[in-house]
Amino acid sequence: MESETAIAVPTATQQPNGALAVRAKTTLRSKAEQAKVKRLKQADRQYGRGKKIDVRDVRDKKLRRNLKTLETKFQAAAVKAKDAEILLEHTSGFLEPESELERTYRVRQADIEDDVALETAQKRFELKLDALGPYVSEYTKNGRELLLAGRKGHVATLDWREGKLGCELQLGETVRDARWLHNSQYFAVAQKKYVYIYDSNGVELHCLTKHREVTHMEFLPYHFLLATMSINGQLKYQDTSTGQIVAEVATKQGSPVSMTQNPYNAVLHVGHQNGTVTLWSPNSSDPLVKLLAHRGPVRSLAVDREGRYMVSTGQDMKMAVWDIRMFKEVNNYFTRAPASSVSISDTGLTAVGWGSRTTIWKGLFNKERSSQEKVQSPYMTWGGEGHSIERVRWCPYEDVLGIGHADGFSSIIVPGAGEANFDAMEVNPFETVKQRQEGEVKALLNKLKPEMIALDPNFIGALDLRSEQQRQAEKDLDAPAVDIAEEIRNRMRGKNSGLSKYLRKQRKKNIIDEKRMKVDEIWKERQEKRSGEQKEKTKELGPALARFARKE
Amino acid sequence: MKIKALSRSTVAQQPPGSDSAKLPRNLDPAHHPFERAREYQRAMNAVKLERMFAAPFLCQLGRGHVEGIVSMAKDPSSLQRFASGSADGVVKVWDLSTKEQIWNATAHENLVKGMTWTKDSKLLTCAADKSIKLFDPYNTQPDTAPISTWLGGSAFTSLSHHRQRNAFAASSGVISIYDLERHTAAPEVLKWPTQTDTITDVSFNPIETSILGSVASDRSIILYDLRTSMPLLKTTLNFASNKIVWNPMEAMNLAVANEDHNIYIFDMRKFDRALNVLKDHVAAVMDVEFSPTGEELVSASYDRTIRLWSRDGGHSRDIYHTKRMQRVFCARWTPDSKYILSGSGDGNVRLWRANASERAGIKSSRQRQALEYNEALVSRYGHMPEIRRIKRHRHIPAVVKKAQSIKNEELAAIKRRDENERKHSKKQFEKRQSEREKMVLAREK
Repeated sequence: MESETAIAVPTATQQPNGALAVRAKTTLRSKAEQAKVKRLKQADRQYGRGKKIDVRDVRDKKLRRNLKTLETKFQAAAVKAKDAEILLEHTSGFLEPESELERTYRVRQADIEDDVALETAQKRFELKLDALGPYVSEYTKNGRELLLAGRKGHVATLDWREGKLGCELQLGETVRDARWLHNSQYFAVAQKKYVYIYDSNGVELHCLTKHREVTHMEFLPYHFLLATMSINGQLKYQDTSTGQIVAEVATKQGSPVSMTQNPYNAVLHVGHQNGTVTLWSPNSSDPLVKLLAHRGPVRSLAVDREGRYMVSTGQDMKMAVWDIRMFKEVNNYFTRAPASSVSISDTGLTAVGWGSRTTIWKGLFNKERSSQEKVQSPYMTWGGEGHSIERVRWCPYEDVLGIGHADGFSSIIVPGAGEANFDAMEVNPFETVKQRQEGEVKALLNKLKPEMIALDPNFIGALDLRSEQQRQAEKDLDAPAVDIAEEIRNRMRGKNSGLSKYLRKQRKKNIIDEKRMKVDEIWKERQEKRSGEQKEKTKELGPALARFARKE
Repeated sequence: MKIKALSRSTVAQQPPGSDSAKLPRNLDPAHHPFERAREYQRAMNAVKLERMFAAPFLCQLGRGHVEGIVSMAKDPSSLQRFASGSADGVVKVWDLSTKEQIWNATAHENLVKGMTWTKDSKLLTCAADKSIKLFDPYNTQPDTAPISTWLGGSAFTSLSHHRQRNAFAASSGVISIYDLERHTAAPEVLKWPTQTDTITDVSFNPIETSILGSVASDRSIILYDLRTSMPLLKTTLNFASNKIVWNPMEAMNLAVANEDHNIYIFDMRKFDRALNVLKDHVAAVMDVEFSPTGEELVSASYDRTIRLWSRDGGHSRDIYHTKRMQRVFCARWTPDSKYILSGSGDGNVRLWRANASERAGIKSSRQRQALEYNEALVSRYGHMPEIRRIKRHRHIPAVVKKAQSIKNEELAAIKRRDENERKHSKKQFEKRQSEREKMVLAREK
């Protein structure tokens, strides 16, 4: 009853004790004005670039003036972008139950095929390739071409919408992974010993002998870097435009189990045998971050396109959703078998391949909500026909999921998976040859340097707030390393406060780095010392009076 | 169950028969990863392109003069005509569209110190031979005698024409205002009561037309008012100035080219401190001029270079030089503010682009858009060290480079000495003098 009244009176909000707090209207703003302010806020949230500067606090007149003009410009840009939404042509697909008895995960592919347009229905197909599997599959950035690579050496590319075969190779040796490079003209294949680069006709262009026994590969499209991970845990970055090896890093964690890239900041996420996930950039020999995600090998990883959430699956039959800006686990789910592959679509649908089945989850995370709720049932399911699943991949800008499995490849329709409105200046699914060629030149001109890879990609152009002295000190390689223990002790203000403050903050996070380990050591040392003192005191007082020993 | 899946037809993307495909945009930031980094990279490309296309020198006009050029004057009623006078007394009139000379005359016996055009497009010249001559270059043959001649008591140094009246000012030991409508009348004389030294340059304010400014070899800047026929104020600087010009857009501001290598911009209402000090030259500045927009300046210096300045920046935005260019005595903006003319000791009149990487000619709208975008990028990321380095990189002649380093060393030594003195004397309790006040020695009213 009460909740119904709350809905009926829009200005009233219900308190926990059941009372209705009625918001009085005290402003003299007209409806139109309110709507305008609301729209401004919306535009800011969606298209704004961070917090505004309060210009009233700026003393320098000239600076204030400049900042003010900049702020108005940014505001205008956000509003214009919001207004331009009217030009978006398409709306994304959906699967909606009409009654309470219907469940979206009960929907079969055949039902969908009946209900969608003919052109879309054709996007569902099966490739039966049972001799040389299991197959890994990859789509190009614009979703036009598909790359299939069977474990036993069968590699093929195809324009999957038109069903045209691009090239087909029988390599006759183990193929562990395959990736498209910057466009549909080149792809790299990790073979038994080396990595090879082929062109669209299947001609071998390069044999990368520096990359040995590679198990996982990633291509960073804006940096033109091919990152490979070998069996012995060597991570190598090779610039595919110049052919230079940019960085070689030893991960020192044994042979890796999974690898993915964060499309937002081009940082590589590597899952290890011991359940940790490490984050790598070519600029450091140590992982940027190390987090414990599972109690067993991390089988597969995926990061959403805005770099906010990571989904990982482990041998411990769990799927964990991580907030990778806070490095906090959001939720975790059971999988009935260890999931072999996971992938996140542009709209945030998560496909998980486990055993011979694929489950698609919706709403595992939502950037609009501050706290994420646990989803009770999946959005869709597929499989159960005995093909053990090797890799799931979403086709960009389409409602299509590609599943590579032991007996070939299946393409299924998942309504609501694809981004409806593409930006043709960025990635164009309908690009012509001319546009592709021009795009390649533009991309090469705007190639980012490997040094620009960092957890926060927007650090470029930001002001360096360090003092000149500090900057020089950090540049000096011969300077003695900062003693972490000393640094933390120096920061202590009250009795022990620096240390406990640091620990209080760090323990909330699940990050273990060098500093944290050192701090833990100091903490332990102190605890031991304290308990030793306590013991001595109690000994002095004897067994009866021990309880009166003063605690600190 | 309600089911809808995306369906985009290829036909809708490019209708049959049309040759241009749709290019839809989506401004959602999620579609544009690394936007900051990519924009920075584009800015880097833009600034490199700008330096790649920088080719300031266009050509020299005709065959120049036999002797060094000491004065220049633009015809205010024409976009393409201007006159140059050389050290051997020869005056030439040039046409910018053909880049050839159209008229010449041996006007004087020695240095043609000053020139100006009258309202009816006649040319006034003056020289150290104590005469001012009036020529009609457009309607007479080359090497014809002057229409009229005025003889003065001493050598003339400079001429300036009144904006509206048919009168001009000539400087020698005093400033004489000649009325062109009454050729035979004696000139009106303006003079600071105690002044004895030669006046180097005189200039009418183009907006406040009765105000007249002058600089003299006794290091003074004096302003006069024609309405009262009285001098207004006198300011003495540490060094003498060679040239005084008014800002054509801001009537109260003037710039002087000083012997101490600097250019000072003053507000005539407040002469105790300069509005700006432009420092970069390594020898005396011989000539300075505001661009017709009043936003920029060009200066010619004895160090064989021309520099371009923004009105509100302390250092030059560009430096122009060639191997053959000698001491530069005059530099002028063309009236469309797109080109620069320079006259130097080697007798050549050179034409330069005001913006070294800009190209004249009609551009397609896409090209124009790209250029504007590049410009915006460079200005947005101009503070980044690498971009700033590339943007400011110029090849500087070895002589100038050497002179710069010597000058810097000297200045550092002076500063060090002053600081030491401050440390051990009463001076430490005084406020440090602002750089913009240092050049003012004395003021009189």
